[in-house]
Amino acid sequence: MNGQVKKEKLSIIAFSGTVDKLYPVAILASGATAMGMDVEIFLTFWGLNAFRKDQLNKPGKISKDFEEMAPLVMNVFKAKNVPHWIEMLRQAKELGNVKIYACAMTYDLFQMKKEELSELIDGVVGVGEFLEKAKESSITLFI
Amino acid sequence: MSEIKVDRVVDARGSHCPGPLMELIKTIRNAKIGEVIAVYSTDSGSKTDIPRWVEKAGHQLIGVYEREGYTEFIVKKVK
Repeated sequence: MNGQVKKEKLSIIAFSGTVDKLYPVAILASGATAMGMDVEIFLTFWGLNAFRKDQLNKPGKISKDFEEMAPLVMNVFKAKNVPHWIEMLRQAKELGNVKIYACAMTYDLFQMKKEELSELIDGVVGVGEFLEKAKESSITLFI
Repeated sequence: MSEIKVDRVVDARGSHCPGPLMELIKTIRNAKIGEVIAVYSTDSGSKTDIPRWVEKAGHQLIGVYEREGYTEFIVKKVK
């Protein structure tokens, strides 16, 4: 774009598995692709757990600290037709260069299989590889 | 003001941040150079995000109009 040699990049370490944290991941990734940035997401621990197909079919959970707000939040999202966060990420991937990686340690420890995870995941990478990629980012977030 | 001829309308009312912007980008990709696109949005974020994106992407923001309950953005694809 605009003959730039290198595109700007947003890196996100998605650690949390509750919807109130997964939505920011999806919205920031969408916004970044819209603004022409590359995006790399490293899913670890609860973040990776949320990308398991069996988890995606369940109603999402909200952070324990705001548990009492969960029914309100869910009702608002439903009433306002907010798409599922995984759908937002799917759209972001269609629109721009979004790569989603599974943390190798979480993947190994919990004996995950590729076919059990969302097809949006591009691969399994170690922390070293992710940091190597992330160090070129203009923005890096831990969510 | 002379009447602006709109080639495509993106009715993104009811879609939330960054939905209307994403829909505009998809539409502009499929449009021909010179085409004029109108985006209808009820999302507050669009008011900052659409002008910013149009500038960054090198297109032309012809106008932003407050309509009854929504905002209309008129964008021309220039490249």
